[in-house]
Amino acid sequence: MREVAVVATALHQVPALTDTTEVQLMVPLLNAAREAVGLTQADIGFTCSGSSDFLAGQAFSFVQTLDAVGAFPPISESHVEMDGAFALYEAWVKLQIGEVDTALVFSYGKSSPGSLRDVLALQLDPYFLAPLWPPAEAIAALQARLLLEVGIVGAEELAEIAVRSQRNAVGNPNAVRSSREVTVADLMAEAPIADPLRPSDLAAESDGGCAVVLAAGDRARELCDRPAWIRGIDHRIDAHGLGTRDLTLAPSAALAASLACTAAGLEVDSLDLAELHSPTTSQEAILVRAFGLGGSTEVNPSGGALAGNTLMAAGLMRIAEAAGRIIDGRADRALAHATSGPCLQQNLVCVMAGD
Amino acid sequence: MAKQHTAVLGVGQTKYQSTRGDVSMAGLVREAALRALVDAGLEWADVDAVVIGKAPDFFEGVMMPELYLADALGCVGKPILRVHTAGSVGGSTALVAASLIQGGIHRRVLTLGFEKQSESNATWALSLPQPFSVSINAGAGGYFSPIIRQYMARSGAPELIGCMVAFKDRQHALRNPYAHLHQHDLTFDQVVEAPMLWDPIRYSETCPSSDGACAMVLGDEAAGDAASGPVAWVHGTAMRSEANNFPGRDEVSPQASRDCAADVFRQAGISDPRAEIDVVEMYVPFSWYEPMWLESIGFAERDAGWRMVEEGATNLDGGDLPVNCSGGVLSSNPIGASGMIRFAEAALQVRGMAGDHQVDGARRALGHAYGGGAQYFAMWVVGADKP
Amino acid sequence: MSGEPDGGVRLPASLSGVEAVQSVRTPIRLEYDFRPSASAQSYLRAYAERRIIGHRSPVDGAVFIPPRGVDPRYGVAISEEVDLPDTGHVGNFCVTHLPIPGRKGLEVPYVSAWIHLDGAAVGFLGLVRGCPHDEVRIGMRIRAVWKPDDELEATPENIRHWEPTGEPDVPLERAGNRSFHASRPQTDGNTGGNADA
Repeated sequence: MREVAVVATALHQVPALTDTTEVQLMVPLLNAAREAVGLTQADIGFTCSGSSDFLAGQAFSFVQTLDAVGAFPPISESHVEMDGAFALYEAWVKLQIGEVDTALVFSYGKSSPGSLRDVLALQLDPYFLAPLWPPAEAIAALQARLLLEVGIVGAEELAEIAVRSQRNAVGNPNAVRSSREVTVADLMAEAPIADPLRPSDLAAESDGGCAVVLAAGDRARELCDRPAWIRGIDHRIDAHGLGTRDLTLAPSAALAASLACTAAGLEVDSLDLAELHSPTTSQEAILVRAFGLGGSTEVNPSGGALAGNTLMAAGLMRIAEAAGRIIDGRADRALAHATSGPCLQQNLVCVMAGD
Repeated sequence: MAKQHTAVLGVGQTKYQSTRGDVSMAGLVREAALRALVDAGLEWADVDAVVIGKAPDFFEGVMMPELYLADALGCVGKPILRVHTAGSVGGSTALVAASLIQGGIHRRVLTLGFEKQSESNATWALSLPQPFSVSINAGAGGYFSPIIRQYMARSGAPELIGCMVAFKDRQHALRNPYAHLHQHDLTFDQVVEAPMLWDPIRYSETCPSSDGACAMVLGDEAAGDAASGPVAWVHGTAMRSEANNFPGRDEVSPQASRDCAADVFRQAGISDPRAEIDVVEMYVPFSWYEPMWLESIGFAERDAGWRMVEEGATNLDGGDLPVNCSGGVLSSNPIGASGMIRFAEAALQVRGMAGDHQVDGARRALGHAYGGGAQYFAMWVVGADKP
Repeated sequence: MSGEPDGGVRLPASLSGVEAVQSVRTPIRLEYDFRPSASAQSYLRAYAERRIIGHRSPVDGAVFIPPRGVDPRYGVAISEEVDLPDTGHVGNFCVTHLPIPGRKGLEVPYVSAWIHLDGAAVGFLGLVRGCPHDEVRIGMRIRAVWKPDDELEATPENIRHWEPTGEPDVPLERAGNRSFHASRPQTDGNTGGNADA
């Protein structure tokens, strides 16, 4: 495998973007990411983005966003209707082929104009489940209920996850929910939104975007003093039907992590940090167990997706947050995770190292 | 590791028609996927990864359908990606799948494009108004016909060139059992006399709206060598995009189109496309795009593409560069699959498996797809021989 | 491997003779509350004052309309607003014989044209009326027909349509997207498109 690294990141996340379009959001982020490593768009070998039409309420919504990139002279470019983490995977694959040395990856999401809980219902089985319009938090609550009933997780652990997210998020300019003082008792006193999930168990909705520059081999070393090398990256999917799988587990996440760590030649307990794209505390509990994360690995130092879940970009942001901490020397080894679909159906794991 | 050779091991298609009321979306994609696997002599378990592509989710009302389709595509425990690049998506999906092999990531990849546009309302989905702007385009034809008008004015092409293309493609479609439109009694006069939709495009010069799926199984060099039947080898792949409204843009022959073609021919070692390519499957949803793309891709000089049409050069019977022997997008258009159908038909030609619409002795073919405001381009060159 | 698509599903005896469901109608309704961006607000408010606003690129002064805050060639932010006249020419057009879903009061056939305002570097779509549709030409000079002042709101729909002025046409080689090259000396190839288009 060719050595590929994250060499630059830029992200921005707010509760709601009111005065800017997605294009205006991405222009400064794309420029910041490229400029961080002194590249122009003409220097970039391949560009790939992720976004969703249903989120935007517009068919072909990504077409307008191409205006933010500066796509003239024409560029080699593609797009997935998925979280930007999967666009990053596609770019990583492109770099493996060996014909280009740099890639620009970006994704964005603006859920504030629409109703996210209703939009996400359309991911469900179109013939049997979507017509019932179950809100996203109810679907997640089914999974959380199972976790509690089976005894895998206790209610207090869920609240602890929420507290840790809010405290870690303090000082993160891109977090939309943070608190230094919140306690487990505070959160356990909240009335549930979708029992057993309380408001603090659900990710804070946000709008925002993220841009990442990848580079291969010596090019990465030229551009960045301490690239965040992608030592392993893999993604897998589980069955769609909620009744056909054990919702207390995330086998595709475990498998992706196992394959990524094997490729990286790293054990999970050597990881300094793990940025997990967990839209609920219950899902974070599942992922921690699926990955076998122990006490020595800090989970979601950025606050994670619970502190701000920009749909279609939250996974790429986890990669950016983790990579950023390697690039600036705060960490040596990191795992970043992205998820898609109801109840952790599809999962991507990216293992990065500073050496 | 250098770029790996990639082979097309199998192709599967569904019969394109306006409504497949007999299958769900899962049933539709599975039908094409199974046929591709059978053609490749492989089982579901042999597939390492799946790459699917389709046009906007509004066409079916399902958000991110790869999630729902994972089960039907035998994908549990495997990787699946979903590509979306507007009309070119079927082509770019095939290219993403090929890159997984070229990069040495996987050995066998199932790739599929589909659309079940009967489930929603394609015209509505294509005409969704943009907020804060005036909407005056009734469909894609309203966007492309002014560009066609530019071409006609600039090239001085005779008025009926578009009708000739439409008639040719519908004749070709009669020799493709999968094609949507089988207009057995169609005459050239009927094409000419059809009502105008977006002047200068007539109803008869416009693509249909179809349900359908097209799948391919791609394999690495070892898989290609081991195949018992004929395979198509990938000789070149390229994608280019450009903004769709900027000062001085050449909308008739966008630079992204010219750059993409130049790149794919360079990779394939082709310096004289007209002589070295035996057959073309190009994305022509409105008749006049055939002469326009012939020029832009480099098969004809600027303003001379229409002469190739007039001379019959792009006819399956007697032409020296047959174009869209399958009937093309003009005869079948499940939007998310249309690009992949072009790529798959190109592969079928060089495998000698295009049946009644086979070009004799075809050894190198171009597959082409475009999308958006004629701004996204995806192309591949495939050949009977390993490059 | 069998090519059997459905694997031969067998129904339980209790369902024998029961009519199969052919389709399920599942209406979908989603509401989106789109807010105009700051630049769009400025643009829309200007319309209420009978003004047309464009954005001037800091790179080479090209004026974009509608103003989207970015020069798509370079991915550079634009904030400079300029007023544009309500005259220009038809850069391109088509005569449509289909009604637009959901839009009332539009007689068919109608002419939708790419309006290239004087001073703008790109076109935008508008309706052309005031002459038979077979007399509309690329290069035809046009002007805006506005709603009366007391009916103006913050919307581009203040311009009902565009009508011919009767002035001599812009020649084909300088009309539409070619007008940008015609208006300035050739510099490098990056300014866009095909020089002789």
